[in-house]
Amino acid sequence: MVRIENLTFGYTSGGFRLRVPEFSLDDRERVAVVGPSGSGKTTLLNLIAGILTPETGRIDVAGAHVSGLSDAERRKFRASQIGFVFQDFALLDYLSARQNIFYPYRITPALTLDAAVRARAETLASACGIGDKLDRHPSALSQGEQQRVAICRALITQPKLILSDEATGNLDPDSKARILDLLFEQASEAGAAVLAVTHDHELLPRFQRVLDFAQFRQQGAP
Amino acid sequence: MNALFLAFSYLRFHWARSLVLVLVAALIMFVPVATQTLLSTSERALVARGEATPLLLGSRGSQLDLTMAALYFSQERPEPVAMREVEAIWDSALGIPIPLHTAFSSGGFRIVGTTLDYFDFRDLALASGRGLSVLGDAVIGSEVAAILGRGVGDTLVSAPENLFDLDGVYPLEMPIVGVLAPTNTPDDQAIFVDIKTAWVIQGIGHGHEDVVTAADVAAGTAALANAAVVQYQRITQSNIDSFHFHGNQDDFPASAVIVVPNDTRSSTILKGRYLDGESPTQLLEPGSVIQGLVDRIFRIKSLLDVVTAIIAIAAVCALGLAVFLSYRLRAREISTAVKLGAQKRIVLRLLAAETVTLLLVSGCIAGAGAAIVSRNADTWVGWLLSLGA
Repeated sequence: MVRIENLTFGYTSGGFRLRVPEFSLDDRERVAVVGPSGSGKTTLLNLIAGILTPETGRIDVAGAHVSGLSDAERRKFRASQIGFVFQDFALLDYLSARQNIFYPYRITPALTLDAAVRARAETLASACGIGDKLDRHPSALSQGEQQRVAICRALITQPKLILSDEATGNLDPDSKARILDLLFEQASEAGAAVLAVTHDHELLPRFQRVLDFAQFRQQGAP
Repeated sequence: MNALFLAFSYLRFHWARSLVLVLVAALIMFVPVATQTLLSTSERALVARGEATPLLLGSRGSQLDLTMAALYFSQERPEPVAMREVEAIWDSALGIPIPLHTAFSSGGFRIVGTTLDYFDFRDLALASGRGLSVLGDAVIGSEVAAILGRGVGDTLVSAPENLFDLDGVYPLEMPIVGVLAPTNTPDDQAIFVDIKTAWVIQGIGHGHEDVVTAADVAAGTAALANAAVVQYQRITQSNIDSFHFHGNQDDFPASAVIVVPNDTRSSTILKGRYLDGESPTQLLEPGSVIQGLVDRIFRIKSLLDVVTAIIAIAAVCALGLAVFLSYRLRAREISTAVKLGAQKRIVLRLLAAETVTLLLVSGCIAGAGAAIVSRNADTWVGWLLSLGA
């Protein structure tokens, strides 16, 4: 699903540099990325998603050479192949839960919001336990419910890869495990791989593989 | 379509903020257009009334006061001219004089004493009732009828000049015999009576009980008139014969006299006759006086235009800042959209849709407002002009 070779990246402001000699993620695999703050975990997700472009090296995702695509192509690829789940949910306050789930279709002309998508949204929402709350705005939902909406939004386009950046970071301990299980369950049904950044070591046993980013970075460092 | 849907959802959710932005933008668009429309209509109405009145005769003094009193029935009360000036115009056979007596009012509207020639001259048509025929009759303008809620068969009472002057002018109750069709001119806001009725209001003419009865004559009793003699406050069929005027009618007053010359030559001759600076009367062309007033107003208007432009620029800047801040508030949404794969043009479209929707709604409101102003400009200008009267 994801293959990285000889990746280097640095911000123009200098200081931080990321080096990844090699990394791969198989189809349907669930991998956790852990490491101290500022070690480059989120940067790695952004590079895989094509939001950032590497200085050197190669990134392939779902058969596409992401680092070789133009900006417009990377955006199109991201919209169709990658689902994002953020720590702060990133829901739009002015849209209902239903419309937040449809949001990728509102901002991507290549995606068509048809009856099948609407039905899929209903199914996803019901599976996530928010089927009866789709007409509510985020402010009327609990944090756990908001993250469930965000998971539905990430999965609605049937992506091949889910990138989760501290998706459970804002949730209470009980909700964390439930939300993560839900994410895995839905990703598994959709046939998607999950690469999740987390600081929560109690959740690590739920992943198939754990990537300690600090070690990983050390290994990659000169 | 999706961008519009999102923009509309955003604006609807943040309705208070959107409403303020829409109203501010609508005002920025509406105010200059409405002002320009009203000013243009005012200029047209003022000049048209002035140009439709060829010559105006009155006492020497402020030409503007005389013109405003005679054409717009304003509160200015120019020194009256004697009716002998009217006779002099008739005798010259150079034009038709139409005297106007505008000293009194009723219910906040000016009572205009004149002759039947005025109705022909202004081409005034009756919407109901009949014209003036008997001393004491009143024909009212359409707005007088609408605002006072009166019509044919009702009565009006002239306002006393001074409530505390018991020796002053007595109020006269006048039956309304006709209501004029609307003209969007000051005539809509006037109460027309025969000039003799105006003189009765002024106290120059009056009617009262017989001081000497047939029995007194037969008995040879000396007649004595005193305050006990009842003065009539309304002219009726039974008492109209008792009304009479004291003094020489040539000395009776008129506020001004509209003069309609027979032709250009007559006009020139008439103007020449009143060129003497020592003469107590003056003959002027109201069109020129009004044009002078309009020129002055529009000189001030050009200054106001500059002020308005500066205010508009400041308002547009403030609106721009508000829109920019709105964009800043949506920065997180834009970041999310980019991460989810939105193309640059889509992001721009999302932001533009909000602004365009705001401007469209504002434009519609401003356009509707401008259309209402445009449709009612004549009426409102007439009303505005009457406010200064």
